[in-house]
Amino acid sequence: MKSTNPFAMWRWEDLFQNFDSFSSGFLRTLQVAILALVLALVIGIVIGILSTAHNLILRSIARVYVEIFQNIPLVIQIFFMYNGLAMAGLVLSEFTIGVVGVGLYHGAYIGEVVRAGILAVPKGQQEAAYAQGFSYTQTMRYIILPQMVKGILPPLTNQAVSLIKNTSVLAIIAGADLMYAADSYASFSLNYGPSYVVAGLLYFILCFPLATFSRKYEEKLKNNDSLVVDIPEVME
Amino acid sequence: MMNSIQTVFTRPNVLFLLDGIKTTLLISLYVVILSIVFGTLLGLVRNYEKQFFGKLAGFYIELFRNTPLLLWMLGCAFLIPGSTILVKASVALFLYTAAVVAEIVRGGLNSIPKGQFEAAHSQGFSFFQTLAYIILPQTFKKIIPSLLSQVITTIKDTSFLAGLGIMEFTRSGQVILGKVTKTSEVFLIYGFLALIYFIICFTLSVLVRSWHKNNSENV
Repeated sequence: MKSTNPFAMWRWEDLFQNFDSFSSGFLRTLQVAILALVLALVIGIVIGILSTAHNLILRSIARVYVEIFQNIPLVIQIFFMYNGLAMAGLVLSEFTIGVVGVGLYHGAYIGEVVRAGILAVPKGQQEAAYAQGFSYTQTMRYIILPQMVKGILPPLTNQAVSLIKNTSVLAIIAGADLMYAADSYASFSLNYGPSYVVAGLLYFILCFPLATFSRKYEEKLKNNDSLVVDIPEVME
Repeated sequence: MMNSIQTVFTRPNVLFLLDGIKTTLLISLYVVILSIVFGTLLGLVRNYEKQFFGKLAGFYIELFRNTPLLLWMLGCAFLIPGSTILVKASVALFLYTAAVVAEIVRGGLNSIPKGQFEAAHSQGFSFFQTLAYIILPQTFKKIIPSLLSQVITTIKDTSFLAGLGIMEFTRSGQVILGKVTKTSEVFLIYGFLALIYFIICFTLSVLVRSWHKNNSENV
């Protein structure tokens, strides 16, 4: 007679015999997260620069993008790409939806981080650059962005952590990611306990080092009295 | 288009969607209130890093901050015995949000100058009096924008509950989606869902910004 304890030994043994689905889910989560992060960084840098531009139209474009993506739940955005776009004839794979959906969403947040970073560089820097005959692009490229990078590293890393956690929405559309692998194994074997513990552990392994790095680095910046980008809205 | 509006927004459908909004807002309200209470406690305890309970609070916060919300919702839904799935999954949302609130509270606490504690002690305030009358009121004033932002995040996070079949706003939209066939109708429903979430969250974010502006002018 097997024990019915949700964390009974035999359940763990069964899980490790079926570990393949977990490792492929883990790999899938990792792939989606890395590609989505790259996309979010590209969007974020563009949006961040646009939102500090002098041109009102460019600033408005950036603002609208950020407001739309920040104020509509990621789940709705993912569902829309999955069902809505498919209905309109644009069928995307779950993998693509993960990368594009999570990337667009976090692009808005990274855009705000970049914007705060640019604004944190003292204004005199820009004026000095102009006085030396630098153009706007050159000022950004050689003076502002390099100074900003160090300061925005902690909030950027926090964004990466949120992004990794948010890839789990893919589970809702059967995206074959880690959360989905854990959930489908759990409901098929009824070994919920070990399944969620192992999934949690795998997410933790990805996120904890990043979160720790972010905290330590921010403390270091504060102690060195260097540029610390304070994001007042801690959202996500 | 007019046709689609009529098929989608029939009286029963609208009532059903309104019910979903009500559930979403109610869950958010409960979760936010409970998380602020529990999160404040965690944040306070967390500052005593060398003591057992400080370590425990630290472990709790790190654990919840570095694992996805959906995992906790599924975990609670299947591993906590008794009660309805709605309550169990909302408990997960509460436990998760409390960890975030704890970090916000801790950030606020650490920004209060140490002299405030010392001054309170020298005036004969006990530890709890110092907290209640001197430290916490100042802390909360500082962290109100961050807390409001967390309210926005929580409202958005309730949409994860749809993945567990809980009839909040997102799920009610999905149910209506199941009844329609035309592309324009599908887009209309998604547009409506997005619009309502947007109105709620955007209003709050405007509040966050105006509060932040007023406060930074005062300093």
